[in-house]
This record gives sequence, C-alpha cells and structure tokens, in this order.
Amino acid sequence: MKFIDEYQNSELATKLAQRIADRSTKPIRLMEFCGGHTHAIMRYGIRQLVPKTVEMRSGPGCPVCVTATSDLDKAIAIAHLPGVIITTFGDIIRVPGSYSSLQQAKAEGADIRVVYSIMDAVEIAKANPRKSVIFIGIGFETTAPTIAASIIKAKKEEVENFYVLSLLKLTPPVMKTLLDLGEVKLDGIVGPGHVSVIIGSYPYEFIPRNYGVACVISGFEPLDILLCIDKLVEQVESGKPQVEIAYRRGVKPQGNKKALESMNEVFEIDGADWRGIGIVPQSGLKINQKYQHFDADKAFPDLSLRAKRSNLEKEPRGCRCGDILRGVATPLECKLFGKVCTPEKPVGPCMVSSEGACAAYYQYGASYE
Amino acid sequence: MNDTILLAHGSGGKLSHELVEKRFLPFLTNPMLNKLDDSAIFEANGRLAFTTDSYVVNPIFFPGGDIGKLAICGTVNDLSMSGAKPLYLSLSAIIEEGFSLKELERVVQSIEAVAKEAEVSIITGDTKVVNHGQADKLFINTSGIGIIPAEVDISGANAKDGDKIILSGTIGDHGIAIMSQREGLRFSVPVESDCAPLNKLVAQMLEASLKIHCLRDPTRGGLATTLNEFAEQSKVGIVIQEDKIPIEEGVKAACELLGFDPIYVANEGKLVAIVEPNDADKILAQMKQNTCGKDAAIIGEVISEHPGRVIMKTKLGPSRIVDMLSGELLPRIC
Repeated sequence: MKFIDEYQNSELATKLAQRIADRSTKPIRLMEFCGGHTHAIMRYGIRQLVPKTVEMRSGPGCPVCVTATSDLDKAIAIAHLPGVIITTFGDIIRVPGSYSSLQQAKAEGADIRVVYSIMDAVEIAKANPRKSVIFIGIGFETTAPTIAASIIKAKKEEVENFYVLSLLKLTPPVMKTLLDLGEVKLDGIVGPGHVSVIIGSYPYEFIPRNYGVACVISGFEPLDILLCIDKLVEQVESGKPQVEIAYRRGVKPQGNKKALESMNEVFEIDGADWRGIGIVPQSGLKINQKYQHFDADKAFPDLSLRAKRSNLEKEPRGCRCGDILRGVATPLECKLFGKVCTPEKPVGPCMVSSEGACAAYYQYGASYE
Repeated sequence: MNDTILLAHGSGGKLSHELVEKRFLPFLTNPMLNKLDDSAIFEANGRLAFTTDSYVVNPIFFPGGDIGKLAICGTVNDLSMSGAKPLYLSLSAIIEEGFSLKELERVVQSIEAVAKEAEVSIITGDTKVVNHGQADKLFINTSGIGIIPAEVDISGANAKDGDKIILSGTIGDHGIAIMSQREGLRFSVPVESDCAPLNKLVAQMLEASLKIHCLRDPTRGGLATTLNEFAEQSKVGIVIQEDKIPIEEGVKAACELLGFDPIYVANEGKLVAIVEPNDADKILAQMKQNTCGKDAAIIGEVISEHPGRVIMKTKLGPSRIVDMLSGELLPRIC
C-alpha cells in the first residue's frame, strides 16, 4: 500500500537510525506529546533503534487519560438520569471515575452507546426525539472541529435533544504549563501530528523562543518519527532550537482554516481540568453563548454543580498516571505497573486507553527490552 | 403476518411443526434428520471429537457470509483443529419474534450450502422463539462430532523447540468485514469475511505429514491470542516475523484508519499450524493447493527461550512482545 508501506521501509529506517547515532554526541531528553506517538514508538521498537543518548518520555497527549476524574463523575451522574442516552468515543467508557465508570453505569442499566463518528450521535438524537442524547466530547484540537460541525448541524436541523458535554482540551497551553513547571528537563518535543493538521505550526513558536526547547511536528509512521528525532537531535546538537514540520504531507504552518473557523464559531476558550496536572488556564473549549442550547453543562446545571460541590474526586492510591502524563516518570517507574495495574484490571487511565503510555508499554513489552 | 416469526412458532404446536418441516427440513434433509425422533442415532468407531459453539453475530448478514455459514464453519473448524474428520452436527436456533421468514430461509439455505461443501450432515436440531427484544433476531448453536484418525496427535501443548509455524492465509478479513457493517462505522472496504470450512485443508495437510503438532483457528482475539495460547500450553517461546504475515490491502488500510493491530482482529477461515521443521515445506506446498491455503506462509518458529512468550520481529528490525488481546478492540480517538 503506497501511502503506508513507504513509511515503514526497514532499509531507510536503518539508515535514519544510523544518521541519528552519528549526529548524537550528548544525552538528550525528548517528549512525545501524543499518545499515538508513544504507541507507534513501542509498536515498532523505535526505542531500540535510536542511540542510548536519546531518551524518550511520554507526555499528556492521550485524550482519555487527561480527562479529569470530576468530569468523568459528572458524565456518569448524567448517564444515570432517566430519559438520557450517552454517546461517546471508545475507551472513555472503561476509565474509572471516583466510584464507578461509564461501563459500570451501562451494566447497571444506563443507555450508553459507543459511536465512531459524532455525526452518528446526532442521528441517534433524531431517531430518539423523546430522549436527551448527550455526547461526551473528549479530545484535542483534532476532534474539536467535527464536534463543532455536529453542533452546527444540530442547530441547523433543529435537533433540540442533542447535547455535548465539552471536555475538549488544547495542546499548546498545556505544553506551556509543563515547561513552566520544569519538573522534567526537556531538550525537544515531538509535536503532535494530527493536532497540528488543524492548528498548524505557528502556535508552537513560543517553545523554542521562550524556553529554548526544540519542537518538530511528526507523523505517526515509524519513518516519520525517526525523521522527527533526527531533526530534533540536529537542532539540539547545533544549539538552534526552532519549530519544524517533519510531517509535510499533513501539516501546513497555518493549519486548516475551515476547521479552525468551525471551532471558533461554536467554542470559546476557558480553563480546563487535566488529570494529573490540574486546572490549566486557557486550555479548554466550552460551547459559546450562541450555541448554549447544546451545552450539556447548561442543560444539566444542577448535576454539574452537585458533582463539583460534593467534591467526590478521588485518585486511585499508588497510581502514578499524573506523573506519567507530566513526563516526570515512565510507566516502568510506577509500582503498580504490570502487577496490580494491567489492561484487564486497569487502575489508572494511562492503562485503560489504547493511547495511554502504560497500555503501550505493557502491550509491547517494554520490560522485555 | 405470514412472513414473520410469531411466538406461536415456538408453541410446540402446528406452527412449530410447520416451521421445522417447511423452513428447515427441505434444505437440510438426510435420513437421520428426517426421522425427527428425539435423538439421532448413529454408529461410530474410534476416537471421537465433540465440540459446541454459539453464534450471536451482529449483523447476521455480512460481506462473505452470514450467521448460518458461520455456525457451520465454526463447529466444523473446531473439530478439524483437533485433527478430526467432522461427521455430524446439531443445529439449534433461537429466533426473536418478528424475525423475517425470508431472512430465516436465506440463513438456512446458506447452512445447506456450506454443510454440503464441508460434507457434514445436520442430524438433530431444535427451534425456540422468544419475545421481541429477548434475542437479537437469530442466535444459533451448533455442536459437532468427528472422528480422529488413529495416528493423529494434535494439541496446543505439543509444540516443540525448532518447530515451524504456518499461517494458512491473510488475517483480519472477518473482523474488518463485520466491523465495516456495524452501525456507526459505515465505511466501505472491499473486504469480505474469510468464513470457510477448513476440514478439507486439514485433511490435505495430514496427508502430507502426520507431524502436525498444534492446530488452531485464530478466531476472536486473532493470531496474537492463538500464538500466546500455544506458547503457554506448550511452555515454549515463539518468534514470528511481521513482514511474513499476509494481510489484505483493504484490511491493512482499515486497521490503520481505526488504530487496530491486524494480529488481534478475528478470522473465521484461517488456521495456524505448528509442525515438525523437516516437514514444514511439504505441508506448506500441500496447503497452497487448497483455496483456503493459497496464501499460506511460514511466519515463525518455536524456540526454547522465554517460554510462554510470543515475540515479533517488527518490519523495522527490533523485536517486541506480542501479548494476548485484552478487553475489546476499540477505535482510537485522536
């Protein structure tokens, strides 16, 4: 298959790995922001291909993992209301909240449906006019435009029983927070590919400018990632950090205008609660005044308040997902990893989501290396 | 309302008899079944293999097959994987009230066709009808009996150091075909389920060599799960090579799109064999003669190191662990 095989060529990979090894003279630490990158790095054994001088850390780029416990509790509370259908993407249903999970709520009788496209949630709302259909909107800038498009569609078609609980998050602000925290010294960032398709490369300019950290946007195939690491090593070695795109077939510096427009039409920027990090200012998207009818937070205000007031939020004991999401620790440094916490019985979200760092480390046997 | 299943079809009275006699018997006819006695009676000599499986697939019709074909192939294949020659099957249908008789007929015709192809007879059966909403259209259970030839000794615990691992063809076709039809995932892929009876392929393999140690059809959980079962049961290590595993382009594309690893996606017409190294080429050549084995390939070998573990050499060279599937396959978000 032309569009994939050429990015998985082992001969080219060996050559690139050699070039990285030749370039790299001093130890450096890179963070792959995106969970998809962690996954690909583990799946293709890229950590074994790059020289020992290059250390890779996972970042907070797994949308399921960074969903705050309190937000999950809210979603679960809404799910238990009568006349409600919850729709959402994939693994979020398995993530434990404080006392339950959406999966547990489903087993207890709540109507929870996994959809593969948010447009299907709108269809479910149309097919069930007497029920309230709530979409749990998790994700980054990648999913935000389609969620915006669904809300625009629902307004146009007067689908009045469709709501979105927006837990959408923005990447550049959280990167800034991690760099400000300074808990882990980073030399370079493997920039998120899919997010950058939407927002472009300009929003990352502050990273080299203010923090002297290199930033190269990468695709998700093994050669993409190796090329990105090569560019990062080159920048660090030469002492000239900048923003570069190593994923030209997907990312333009200015991003995708149409997608950005639809986001701006529906959302406004607000603070957001990140699991393991806390409230990050200006890092979330909430539904604006014009589209407030579709805002689940407004449609179910009592419940949101109750979830907040009761202060139920509880993190599992010993779980280091927070540290792992901030790049302070690797999954292997968590005492629960692979023992108490496995994909069958996950303790924290990083083991639940297929994009979570712990799940990737576990599935591809990091301990075997 | 003559065209749908009514609760009365399950009453045991006239309509029940009519259902069996008009909708099942004409297609599945054979002397043992036609008697309609409480049990089917047959003679058998030698070691018998006996297996059962239930089928609740949704949707019941999918590209490359339907629930009926699946129910016959599944049980025929389970028998075949112990080296048995499948002979007789039972067929039990649990039907939801309101199910279309036309669709039922399509399913039964498909059962007829695949039973003929596999040369097995359905010699006993049952039908039940449940209230609307208590079953999803149609559930089928089949059990089967087969005879194992005297010299055959196949078990998941028989893999030995040095054995070769043969995969009978492309992986992931069934899982992707089903997924492409599910509600909420309407993408069109030119992928058909590989659903097929494998008993003739196994018979040909056993003709080529009796030194087949393990056989299994990698259904739910995919190739990765089957290999892990072998490694655990036989207490051996397994090494496979990613670039030797045949995968259809459509399956590859769908997996990339959804974030699936094809080694975890279900198959219904494939087998994995662990065989004596010296006979591997002979067995492989024989397999390639059969349509179900035309893409067969040696994908790896059994080693004594790291017992219980499956390692894959990735396309890029490094190795990684291949674990069993845990939980459900869910598409990625980001």
